[in-house]
Amino acid sequence: MIAVQGLSKYYGDKPAISDLNFEIERGEIVGILGLNGAGKTTTLRILACLLLPSSGRVTIHGIDVYDNPHDIRKQVGFLPEEPPLYREMTVESFLVFAAELRGLTRANARSRTVQVMEITQTTDVRDQLIANLSHGYRKRVGIAQSIVHQPPVLILDEPISGLDPVQIVEMREMIRSLKGKHTILVSSHILPEISQTCDRILVIQEGQLVAVGTEEELTGRLTGVHWLQITIRGDQHKAVDVIAKIDGVMQCNPGQTHGDGSHDMRVESDRDVREAVSRDVVQAGIGLLQLRPAEAELESIFLQLTQSTRGQRAERGAARNPKPAAEKEVSR
Amino acid sequence: MKNIALLARRELGAYLKSPMGYVIVAIVLFIDGLFFNIKVLGGTPKFSAEVLQLFFAVATFMSAVAAILLAMRLLAEERQLGTLTLLLTSPVKDHEIVLGKFVSALIFFCGMTALTIYMPLLIFVNGKVSAGHIMGGYLGLVLLGMSTLAIGLFASAVSANQLVAAVAGGAITTAFWVLYWGTPVMDPPIREMVSFLSPWKHLAWQNGVLHTRDVAYFLSVTYFFLLLTTQVLQARRWR
Repeated sequence: MIAVQGLSKYYGDKPAISDLNFEIERGEIVGILGLNGAGKTTTLRILACLLLPSSGRVTIHGIDVYDNPHDIRKQVGFLPEEPPLYREMTVESFLVFAAELRGLTRANARSRTVQVMEITQTTDVRDQLIANLSHGYRKRVGIAQSIVHQPPVLILDEPISGLDPVQIVEMREMIRSLKGKHTILVSSHILPEISQTCDRILVIQEGQLVAVGTEEELTGRLTGVHWLQITIRGDQHKAVDVIAKIDGVMQCNPGQTHGDGSHDMRVESDRDVREAVSRDVVQAGIGLLQLRPAEAELESIFLQLTQSTRGQRAERGAARNPKPAAEKEVSR
Repeated sequence: MKNIALLARRELGAYLKSPMGYVIVAIVLFIDGLFFNIKVLGGTPKFSAEVLQLFFAVATFMSAVAAILLAMRLLAEERQLGTLTLLLTSPVKDHEIVLGKFVSALIFFCGMTALTIYMPLLIFVNGKVSAGHIMGGYLGLVLLGMSTLAIGLFASAVSANQLVAAVAGGAITTAFWVLYWGTPVMDPPIREMVSFLSPWKHLAWQNGVLHTRDVAYFLSVTYFFLLLTTQVLQARRWR
């Protein structure tokens, strides 16, 4: 369906993405996860034929984006982070225009507009000027314009950015409802969005693909790391100090505080520290209400993957550019 | 052709829905009318043809200014609001985007210019001028408007915002006009070439005479800047 081979894009001398390789099957919802500036938007813009790659090959249904961008654009719906909307138009007239722009006849554009307004729940604002819509509705209209021509491929760049919690849930459900009708590529730096919406995740760091797989597959890569979910009652700072001193503990992060005065905490360690944690916490006079092994959260996986990639790069860079002897002396 | 008409229709709607278009038309009509009263009708008695020539001279300047102001938003605003993404990711060719924008601005410009017709008609009714002079003059104004709109559209394509687009468009247009002032210090054949490039040498239509070379000049400038604008859009895909 979508095949990306050796894709690179340079802005001047700076690589935004380099040597990306991945494939996406028909009907999948795939998330592109990465920090700001990782190369997500550049990748999506190339797939949407908005940008041309510096090198590499991208094909959608076997059609190359470089050789035949006009045909690709008919098959792709694209929603950039800021929806491209003409504010002086009403929702309905804008969607009819967007449909005609994608090659639909006027009659088809009108009937299809009615359908997408129902799908995106924008029928009640059909006669309103886009300038008067809330941010959430503008995102919905943005989604509507991207699916109005029934494209096989849908590309959504940060579709939930700037939405409130209720709108986020609604947007997530809307994206899920599009599964099966489109192959969907969603970018985000917000982890729950990716894990709850997508079948597969591509993790991008500094323009390179550092991991591909389902959430479970990515978790499996991080063997040797243990997570504990703890609930205590008492001084949370004292508990953090006590746990951090235990051999093998790499991180101890305070979490939510509940109404009954209890606190959640999350401990990351390189070995099983359950016995030591329960003993030391109780000995310190802190109430231990709960202690259980926790699933590796996507956030932890993401941080581990990106940090290890950075570490490897730094090592490679240091090996290529050894410091002068005097500088080494100072750093020591 | 369908895409050009579609884009032109939407763009024309944007002109009619925003106050900017009406403000530009109002200012142009006001200044045209003011100059017509003070400079053209006032002062020493003149022949009707001379009065009409003066009217077209004033209208030439005001049309050039209006064309720059009408064109400044065409692509710069799309970039500012991010709506250019919609056009560039749709199955529309770059030259269709440029032509759609250009046609809409030209239609609006022609509408605005048509509203000045009452002034030549006053001369026609109360004096002695030929309908050919009036028609030739208006055709010249439209040709000048086309070339200036194309320059303004190019400036709009290369500028980050509308204000910069207006300044850049004005600078390019002014450069074309003032080229002529440098010709006395130039030697042939450079002098002939440079003077041909300046619109000053192609204003015979103000007297009702429309030369083929003048039509060719304005059409060439229009084509050149529309081509450049298309190239700018294409180059954006590499950046």
